[in-house]
Amino acid sequence: MKSLAQLEQLKKEMREVLKIRDGVASGPWNYHVMVCGGAGCISSNCRDIVTALKAELAAKGLEKEVKVVLTGCMGPCDMGPVMIVYPEGTFYRRVKPKDAATIVEEHLANGTPVRRLLYRAPGSTEPIPKYSDIDFFKKQHKVVLRNMLYIDPLLIEDYISRDGYGALGKALTQMKPEEVIATVKAAGLRGRGGAGFPSGMKWEFTAKATGSPKYVVCNADEGDPGAFMDRSVLEGDPHSIIEGMTICGYAIGAERGYVYIRAEYPLAIERLEAAIARAREFGFLGQDIFGTGFNFDIEIRIGAGAFVCGEETALLTSIEGRRGEPRPRPPFPANAGLFGKPTVINNVETWANIAPIILNGSEWFASIGTEKSKGTKVFALAGRVNNTGLVEVPMGTTVREIVFDIGGGIPRKKAFKAVQTGGPSGGCIPAEHLDVPVDYDSLGQLGAIMGSGGMIVMDEDTCMVDIAKFFLDFVVDESCGKCSPCRIGTKRALETLERIANGNGKEGDIELLLELCSTIKQTALCGLGQTAPNPVLSTIRYFRHEYEDHIKEHKCQASVCEFKAAEE
Amino acid sequence: MVACGCKCETTEQAQLIEQLDRIIDEYRGQPRGLIQVLHKAQELVGYCPKWVQVRVAEGLGVSLQEVYGVVTFYALFSLIPKGRHKISVCAGTACYVKGTKMVVKAIRQHLGIKPGQTTEDSRFSLETVRCIGACGLAPAMIIGKDVHGRLEPEQIPEILEQYQ
Amino acid sequence: MAMITLTIDKQKVAVKEGTTILEAAKQLGINIPTLCYLKEINVIGACRICMVEVQGARTFVAACVAPVAEGMVVRTNTAAVVKARKLVLELILSDHPMECLTCVRNQNCELQRLAEAFGLTEIRFQGATTDYPVDDSSPAIVRDPRKCVLCRRCVSVCAEVQTVRAITAQERGFKTLIAPAFNQGLSEVACVNCGQCALVCPTGAIHEKDDIDKVWAALADPKKHVVVQTAPAVRVTVGEALGMAPGSIVTGKMVAGLRHLGFDKVFDTDFTADLTILEEGNELLQRVNGGGTLPMITSCSPGWIKFIEHFYPDLLPHLSTCKSPQQMFGALAKTYYAQKAGVDPADVFCVSIMPCTAKKFECERPEMNSSGYQDVDVVLTSRELARMFKRVGINLAALPVEEYDAPLGISTGAGEIFGATGGVMEAALRTVYEVVTGKTLDNLDFEMVRGLDGVKEATVPVGDLNVKVAVANGLGNARKLMDAIKAGTADYHFIEIMCCPGGCIGGGGSPIPTNTEIRNKRIAATYVEDKNMPLRKSHENPAVQALYAEFLEKPLGHKSHELLHTKYTPRGQYPEQ
Ligand SMILES: Cc1cc2nc3c(=O)[nH]c(=O)nc-3n(C[C@H](O)[C@H](O)[C@H](O)COP(=O)(O)O)c2cc1C
Ligand code: SF4
Ligand code: SF4
Ligand code: SF4
Ligand code: SF4
Ligand code: SF4
Ligand code: SF4
Ligand code: SF4
Ligand code: FES
Ligand code: FES
Ligand code: FES
Repeated sequence: MKSLAQLEQLKKEMREVLKIRDGVASGPWNYHVMVCGGAGCISSNCRDIVTALKAELAAKGLEKEVKVVLTGCMGPCDMGPVMIVYPEGTFYRRVKPKDAATIVEEHLANGTPVRRLLYRAPGSTEPIPKYSDIDFFKKQHKVVLRNMLYIDPLLIEDYISRDGYGALGKALTQMKPEEVIATVKAAGLRGRGGAGFPSGMKWEFTAKATGSPKYVVCNADEGDPGAFMDRSVLEGDPHSIIEGMTICGYAIGAERGYVYIRAEYPLAIERLEAAIARAREFGFLGQDIFGTGFNFDIEIRIGAGAFVCGEETALLTSIEGRRGEPRPRPPFPANAGLFGKPTVINNVETWANIAPIILNGSEWFASIGTEKSKGTKVFALAGRVNNTGLVEVPMGTTVREIVFDIGGGIPRKKAFKAVQTGGPSGGCIPAEHLDVPVDYDSLGQLGAIMGSGGMIVMDEDTCMVDIAKFFLDFVVDESCGKCSPCRIGTKRALETLERIANGNGKEGDIELLLELCSTIKQTALCGLGQTAPNPVLSTIRYFRHEYEDHIKEHKCQASVCEFKAAEE
Repeated sequence: MVACGCKCETTEQAQLIEQLDRIIDEYRGQPRGLIQVLHKAQELVGYCPKWVQVRVAEGLGVSLQEVYGVVTFYALFSLIPKGRHKISVCAGTACYVKGTKMVVKAIRQHLGIKPGQTTEDSRFSLETVRCIGACGLAPAMIIGKDVHGRLEPEQIPEILEQYQ
Repeated sequence: MAMITLTIDKQKVAVKEGTTILEAAKQLGINIPTLCYLKEINVIGACRICMVEVQGARTFVAACVAPVAEGMVVRTNTAAVVKARKLVLELILSDHPMECLTCVRNQNCELQRLAEAFGLTEIRFQGATTDYPVDDSSPAIVRDPRKCVLCRRCVSVCAEVQTVRAITAQERGFKTLIAPAFNQGLSEVACVNCGQCALVCPTGAIHEKDDIDKVWAALADPKKHVVVQTAPAVRVTVGEALGMAPGSIVTGKMVAGLRHLGFDKVFDTDFTADLTILEEGNELLQRVNGGGTLPMITSCSPGWIKFIEHFYPDLLPHLSTCKSPQQMFGALAKTYYAQKAGVDPADVFCVSIMPCTAKKFECERPEMNSSGYQDVDVVLTSRELARMFKRVGINLAALPVEEYDAPLGISTGAGEIFGATGGVMEAALRTVYEVVTGKTLDNLDFEMVRGLDGVKEATVPVGDLNVKVAVANGLGNARKLMDAIKAGTADYHFIEIMCCPGGCIGGGGSPIPTNTEIRNKRIAATYVEDKNMPLRKSHENPAVQALYAEFLEKPLGHKSHELLHTKYTPRGQYPEQ
């Protein structure tokens, strides 16, 4: 790509071809059938559906009129495999390969949607044909997931048709590096990886830091068990990450970026690799991008199964080929990061926000969300909730709206108990706080955290002592072992919880746990240890009676814990 | 220099070593390549036995201690051979809340192995992992490259039979 | 460099930018407790004992790693911080065997001192404990992971200072272990037995192998003729282990103490140090004149020898073929001395008191049997000697000053300075200069090769030849010189290498603590001893002259080759393979 004009031209052509996905029938195509190719739907065999559809279309001689596309995750994973048929935007769910014939016959050949595959709201028998009328989609606001329902992640042209690389072109040809940073700062974007640090400031520190070369790193380690936002973006819209990182490279004066991605995400790795190769072919990566003399390239580094490597200093150490042990900060990566050089490290979702901000301006972005938390947040809604999947909402949306309006409430008429946000670093929000707006500060006040976006819904069948134990077990497993409070302290806390859960708790255990946990928070070296006690502290805060029941009465209200006689 | 001391005379092993050396070549003399090389080496050999680690250490210019330190730090590297099919049952939060425990129980009943073990016929090895990113389909597991979601204990035997 | 002003415990202090809170507090006389911290070597913030409160910080801050900032307000002793430190210590102790009474570090253990300081009276947490087995495979170093607090001081010293990397962190989380790969024994890997790890370990988790009982047994055996040699460094260090100030010189009192212990003869390794100079000096001249492999490198430090055997086996021809003074001594004790004293060499039991753990390995090398017996039977470190003294209630300070026995106890200042880095070089230069030129040196003090700098260089005119020398202490510095040789950029004639930082006065068997400040005091004491000696040049040692006249005939002669010279073993980095 040698100029912005060339990109504009290509975009115009592609728009024309693809405007059917905006609801305008056009060109040679009667229909575009978008089949979700997210990890969830792939595991429910969506690929077989594509094969079946193509076979049926070929049999009917419709392959020139109907295009079948495999997309990234559309969001409602538990309804999967799902698909959307454009131009109408018809939404089908739980599609099986054997449904392909019916879909082709009735819908794609004769124009009548297949009624039995349409979505119905819980408790209703009336189908809702268009995805945009379904609560799950209607109540979302998509910035990060902007392309999920529209593009084939493997086609760079699809991305370009939806303004892809326009922001890069704009930044490189029309903005000075300082202006790029100023825009990100003014937008008020805060890091989506958990800590919520203002991204623009991070970029500015790095730009001003002495030392070269500088590096841009994408944190795609997504370790929180129960979170899959980043995965979906990587699989469904990989170019948005490449574009964001390249813009940053320009802004801070870096020529190389690394994406550190967990090995457990082979599909994401595959798609990102393909996207990087394509971006190179198109000249969005490599030498002299947009004819501006700016060079930038990206390499992938694959993790090897250590949650702590999501922590930024550990991640950088891991890229260097060593044990992913965190180190004290300062120095911060902005000054001494990868290979000791100034480095910007941001989360996948943070990167996906960059291009829209540059393209639409900081004011546009800042108008979404709340005073101190701008923009949207993607959540991975899971656990005991009807609609599990990916949702993106403006900051400030309440937990109730997410769980009940978008999530469709709790299945089997069970009672809502709590949601856990922020995974093992987070805390739980009980029923009485359902109306809390999700933003960095409000969640923090409740002893939960925004975290990276995992949101696990729990109902009356969940034992909170067991949940606390689950998270502690996780951190004990994942502690790097470098510092004493985390290495030994979390182990002791787990042992205490195990005793409580199997009926051997003692008077005073709760107090000892509280003392231990607050000290670990205050003294651990890195974020893992500093936040590890949160699930314990927060469940004691809101569900202390459950702990007491276990200790005093050997009773587990949810009947999860198995009590054993005291060990001799 | 022959590194491992075993008298490997079969061409199969010699080939393996040659392939390993080609993997190492990409990062020869560069310690920063350690994790990437180990990934590929493990893919090639199936696990990370001592002779592989020695060869990698020599090739990248790091001590065997450091290689071993890395291998034992990261959960994905294995010191023991794995079964032909690796079952990874998700024990992430979403899956835990929805029944990881019973999935593991069902597999244990069917195969008679606990997480961390391999069946005697080397057909399966079982482990629990933290979130495979299919939380929407919890409880989930991965066998080889296939994700199986919305698991019910009764389905387990049937699913396992697909892998011989 | 910019100065930063901050407030610590209500006092203002100005320090250089980049200073840590810990060091800044020290300037105010405020001592913050530490465990993992080791100045300039291990600054990793792992133990969390040094936590302080910093105004505005979300959590407590580890003083040992946190750099000061302008206007920072630090409190080091609030109730909250002290309570947190105490709990962290309680956690550490909850995974520690309470075996102080039977522990080698009893009364000299940083963990024990902390426990005492914090007045811990109860451990409220019971649970799993680390139970990796003890590794006593090495003749020199014992690892007891149960007592390890994972401070990683040993790892840093071994990797950064010595560049050996024999031990690193393995596994993770609660299972973390400091060990060689595959938890092999230290004897199975490229550990050089330098003992620097033991020197920095705050606890009893890694320590010298204790061989005292073998010596007690020999002393108790009426058939044995037990002779002892003391290394140059021991007389300026061992006093520390018995409560004296660093730099105390206890030569004569130590000799008295050894007699008190019951040794039949108290000899001096300084004697064979002088002998080494004659052999090695002549070897150098032979190589320079005869076109031998140059630069020639000293061979008296067994830690260094094992290092080059493992890591630079192709450079072995550069090593002098001279045995170390300890081994020359052993070989002579069971030949020349036995003959002279009229004892059966089979009955001579030869004990060395060394600042060194590596010598324990050296004396067991199969090639160190040229007397027909194992030349040196047992090596004790300075710490073990102190333990023997303590066991029989010897108060060194109260002992009279006594002389070494003749003839193997007669020595010069040149032999004495072997204990400090640069000493062998200086001693050699004193002799080579005079032997070659036939002139008397005006100034015996070769200052340019003294001191703690890692690599020192000098060019010394000796007759027609400008002799170019280099001196390295610590194996990391040795490595630099080896790489230079490999790269062809080391145009020296002679290189001295001492395995341990500072030379033997910083040896792995020295009293604990050993740090830069203490090393400097020991070095100063060494040169005082040198100055105090009536003779300061090896070739003037009358006992050595007599030895040649009566027994060896001449340097590099046939007998010398048989008894005083040796061969080396290329080992590679994976010795067990
Ligand atoms: C234990 C731990 C795990 C973390 N895991 C992740 C992760 O998986 N993904 C991520 O983006 N950030 C993770 N973080 C946060 C990163 O350290 C860092 O703050 C983030 O990558 C910065 O990017 P952001 O500013 O865009 O959020 C983790 C932090 C801690 C302490
Ligand atoms: S807090 Fe835990 S994970 Fe972080 S450095 Fe300490 S031991 Fe490692
Ligand atoms: S397996 Fe390879 S390394 Fe080992 S002996 Fe055989 S050839 Fe050598
Ligand atoms: S290491 Fe220290 S605290 Fe531990 S048993 Fe020995 S003396 Fe006691
Ligand atoms: S200090 Fe206490 S435990 Fe130790 S010996 Fe004395 S009485 Fe016994
Ligand atoms: S003795 Fe020396 S080489 Fe061996 S482990 Fe200790 S420090 Fe490392
Ligand atoms: S062996 Fe000693 S120095 Fe090494 S980590 Fe353990 S306690 Fe620290
Ligand atoms: S420098 Fe001295 S103490 Fe250290 S290994 Fe060499 S001889 Fe032993
Ligand atoms: S994977 Fe298809 S909707 Fe999420
Ligand atoms: S928690 Fe099981 S897939 Fe995420
Ligand atoms: S001394 Fe500061 S953390 Fe150990």
